[in-house]
Amino acid sequence: MNDQQSSECKDKGLFCRMWLTISRPSARYALGTLMSVGVVIGIVFWGGFNWSLEITNTEEFCITCHEMEQNVFREYKNTIHYSNRTGVRATCPDCHVPKTWIHKIARKIKASNELYHHFLGTIDTREKFEGKRLELATNVWNVMKETDSRECRNCHNFEYMDFTTQEKRSRERHETAIKEGQTCIECHKGIAHELPAGAFEAEKTLN
Amino acid sequence: MKTLIKGGLLGIGLIIVAAVTMTTEPVNSQEPGIQSLRGHVAIADEGAAGELKSQNTGQLLGRAYRQQPPLIPHKVEKYQINLKVNQCLRCHDWPYNVEENAPKVSETHYIDRNGVALNNVTRGRWFCTQCHVPQIQARALIPNTFRSAFDE
Repeated sequence: MNDQQSSECKDKGLFCRMWLTISRPSARYALGTLMSVGVVIGIVFWGGFNWSLEITNTEEFCITCHEMEQNVFREYKNTIHYSNRTGVRATCPDCHVPKTWIHKIARKIKASNELYHHFLGTIDTREKFEGKRLELATNVWNVMKETDSRECRNCHNFEYMDFTTQEKRSRERHETAIKEGQTCIECHKGIAHELPAGAFEAEKTLN
Repeated sequence: MKTLIKGGLLGIGLIIVAAVTMTTEPVNSQEPGIQSLRGHVAIADEGAAGELKSQNTGQLLGRAYRQQPPLIPHKVEKYQINLKVNQCLRCHDWPYNVEENAPKVSETHYIDRNGVALNNVTRGRWFCTQCHVPQIQARALIPNTFRSAFDE
């Protein structure tokens, strides 16, 4: 084998030799051994991949960054999605990470930009965060508008709403929203975090 | 023994009489004077919905005296009023009040303490809930003798 390799890959690189090794039948190991090792490695890698997805999809993980804990998380603690009479809680990933696999992976990849800015220190003080708040909020609003508020609709659905128990104002608004095909975020901004200064001007470009 | 039989016969007689009167009595909601919980609505029709009990009528609550700041006929707990935003103004400031069909903030609220007319609500008037308050339908916590200007 070494002779063949050296003859076919003469003066070629490491990748050529590796390709030769994996593209030929093994003369040393039994097929059963190779398969069992493959299965074990597969379980370890796929399990590890899913496990890391899960672990990065928890509130505890989100607030390990002080940018999250000291700004948006503390604001969210005063809202109805954190504390309410029925004891149902929506944590960070429930609203900010999609549930469907493909969208979840896309969001996870996009989150690498957030890691980059964490290490750059883009919003590492309250002042810097307030300075960027309008831009950051607008980003989230735009995404939610594009996805038709997909994450809201994991729990909330027009079809499940009892309009008779709603206040007159909400009843009328929701009926209009259904007719005109509006999405949750068009009205429900700043429900889990403080609104940025200039929010009303910014939402005009959104709606 | 005789009294026992007599009593038994009387009991049976009473049951028969009661049964006869019950079966002969007409059980019919369409009869005039008798009404079911549905009211006089045919089975195939849908009755009108009952009155909803709500503290938030959405109707303007009248003033009780001339200087009274208008009351709020809806919930306001979740609205943010801070240095950055005032969510009340999202409906009650011009021009939003037009599209939302909401009462407009009085023009006096745009004049600052030096008498200068501003384009925004002056900061002295910024915290709406200092003067304007929502109402709930509840008994007064403390008995009082308040009378509106219209009570007489």
